[in-house]
Amino acid sequence: MAAVKETVETVREAEKYKYGFFTDIESEKAPLGLTEDTVRFISAKKDEPEWLLQWRLDAFRRWLTMTEPTWAKVSYPPIDFQDAYYYAAPKQKVQPKSLDEVDPKLLETYEKLGIPLTEQKMLAGVAVDAVFDSVSVVTTFKEKLAEAGVIFCPMSEAVKNHPELVKKYLGSVVPTSDNFYATLNSAVFSEGSFVYIPESVRCPMELSTYFRINEKQTGQFERTLIIADKGSYVSYLEGCTAPQRDENQLHAAVVELVALEDAEIKYSTVQNWFPGDEEGKGGVYNFVTKRGDCRGANSKISWTQVETGSAITWKYPSCILRGDNSRGEFYSIAISNGHQQVDSGTKMIHLGRNTTSRIISKGISAGKSSNTYRGLVSVHRKAENVRNFTQCDSLLIGDKCSAHTVPYIETKNPTAILEHEATTSKISDDQLFYCMQRGIGEEEAVALIVNGFCRDVLQQLPMEFAVEAQKLVGISLEGSVG
Amino acid sequence: MSMLEIKNLHVNVAGKEILKGIDLSIAAGEVHAIMGPNGSGKSTLSYVLAGRGGYEVTEGSIRFKGKDLLEMSVDERAAAGVFLAFQYPLEIPGVTTMTFLKTALNAQRKARGEEELDAVRFLKLVREKAKPLNVTDDMLKRALNVGYSGGEKKRAEVLQMSLLEPSLAVLDETDSGLDIDALKTVAEGVNALRSPERSMIVITHYQRLLDYIVPDVVHVLSQGRIVKTGGKELALELEKSGYAEYGADAA
Ligand SMILES: Nc1ncnc2c1ncn2[C@@H]1O[C@H](COP(=O)(O)OP(=O)(O)OP(=O)(O)O)[C@@H](O)[C@H]1O
Ligand SMILES: [Mg+2]
Repeated sequence: MAAVKETVETVREAEKYKYGFFTDIESEKAPLGLTEDTVRFISAKKDEPEWLLQWRLDAFRRWLTMTEPTWAKVSYPPIDFQDAYYYAAPKQKVQPKSLDEVDPKLLETYEKLGIPLTEQKMLAGVAVDAVFDSVSVVTTFKEKLAEAGVIFCPMSEAVKNHPELVKKYLGSVVPTSDNFYATLNSAVFSEGSFVYIPESVRCPMELSTYFRINEKQTGQFERTLIIADKGSYVSYLEGCTAPQRDENQLHAAVVELVALEDAEIKYSTVQNWFPGDEEGKGGVYNFVTKRGDCRGANSKISWTQVETGSAITWKYPSCILRGDNSRGEFYSIAISNGHQQVDSGTKMIHLGRNTTSRIISKGISAGKSSNTYRGLVSVHRKAENVRNFTQCDSLLIGDKCSAHTVPYIETKNPTAILEHEATTSKISDDQLFYCMQRGIGEEEAVALIVNGFCRDVLQQLPMEFAVEAQKLVGISLEGSVG
Repeated sequence: MSMLEIKNLHVNVAGKEILKGIDLSIAAGEVHAIMGPNGSGKSTLSYVLAGRGGYEVTEGSIRFKGKDLLEMSVDERAAAGVFLAFQYPLEIPGVTTMTFLKTALNAQRKARGEEELDAVRFLKLVREKAKPLNVTDDMLKRALNVGYSGGEKKRAEVLQMSLLEPSLAVLDETDSGLDIDALKTVAEGVNALRSPERSMIVITHYQRLLDYIVPDVVHVLSQGRIVKTGGKELALELEKSGYAEYGADAA
């Protein structure tokens, strides 16, 4: 409830500045709605070079000619894109002085997730005390990364300090014209990270560790670009198991990955945005475009995602397997409860010879939710000896939810070997009874069975997050039985 | 002291009366065997004790250690000390036996207000309990009951019992599907748990098991009623003459 009220207040506050705000570059918010001027405002705010402004404007003009996609199995009231704000400078939040001042409900969730106390403080935005000096930890990480030659910074900083890299790779995987939401993002993006791993460097740490310490401001239109140069390796974790609320209902991020020869990128996501209240109101709409390009031979890109939040999830992390012998992987757990709607999956585009891909998708639906796997495996004419293995398992809890599997296969080369397996099952009353007879409470029993169902995917997560993700699975399904 | 006190228990399943007035009293430390023809209601009784849904008690009462058992939820009964070794153990895909055992033990300990065991102490305990039952580390690492042979499933049930140390253990045909060596192993496992504080109900079709697990009392259940109660020699009698005289044919 508190969050809903907060949103209303923020909107009111914003309404006050509706007029007479237009050209004031010092202001915090862009004016309501989206016009060329909004795009110019954002670009000016970021002090961007002319080429990037033009790039944004191109995208914006194209976006005006596009219509929202309707093929996904999700329904929501029409979005009025002119009734939204597209830029707000990060607010100086009033920091609570201690955990005593933080919403006990939030703390309860942290507790259940097993997040250590010091991290709880940082996640809750508590001013960090002397016991744990996060600033110095971050500095140590920064030094370690710099030593290895790794560039890891906000996108806006990369535009300033590494323009040649940004110019070369931005939009090279997800072009500005790609799809309605990606095009919108290209016009108005304002947050996001940039990562460059130099040739033959193995990134000395999970880039997640850094985030955990240095709480990242998540934006509405994030733009992330990761480049792994020849023979390099990086593992990146986005998001957080802790529940996240956001006053912006619409989220449209773009993530681009580029793996050059012999490089490997492992990208893991834990998404736990506010799913909406009991009636499904107020949840985040998450329209994401994520794509990796295995540009060099023998490169590898692996997506792992745990999706538990958002009212609507529209998301298809994909791999373009361009380099010969390259490999794409997609491991997904998508949980929907209450009124959530998930339409997610992947695309594996096999262009190169001997390219392989593996898709393991675990969809869990409970409550009145709808959960769709939508996948494409495409094999081009010149792609010899392609192999794909796809496994889509759905688990239903209760009888008011639904699961759908929509696998597309297009193959233009007869040497391809594509395997597809799909199962749909329910948690049986007998299984629950068996667990409970051993003393396990009903909700814990559901969590245990569901974690068993997701095991293959959970194992792909970086160690430190696997444990939390397991707990998250249980928490997401609270109230789904009985 | 009385462990279990069942009085005039009537139970309907899917609208049909299956148990038709059961009286059964078990003192702490006693082992009771229940025998009887197929479909007479033995498993039904064990499920009612455990609290499975769909079993409607229309009359009568069950007291367990002086408390009203029917008021308690399934997991509460388990934490209070009721254990059922299933006739058909369930498979839990993706959940290793080790994880399952730890979750169960700690859930019970927590419910009883005891300290939960950490991974190291748990591992030590489970290995100690698994060894005499010939449950290997490899089995513990596999998903619970998935791909287990019939005999392995039954041994895993006994392992769970020995780990959870219940006050009342109900063993529903734990001997069926066991080869002779496994039968001995399982019986030894069960015997090791016999104690003045622990009672058992052993449901079986075969006298053979009762050679190993010697009962204090034997009951014959037929058509939802206990039709005869005697000492261990009753089992031998049944082995010779069958259930004909108890009206099994009328079922
Ligand atoms: N869900 C159900 N719906 C209808 N009838 C049922 C149901 N469950 C059990 N029964 C009936 O109840 C009766 C007793 O079954 P129960 O499983 O208790 O027998 P049992 O004595 O354990 O037999 P067995 O020796 O074969 O294991 C049987 O006639 C059975 O068909
Ligand atoms: Mg039976």
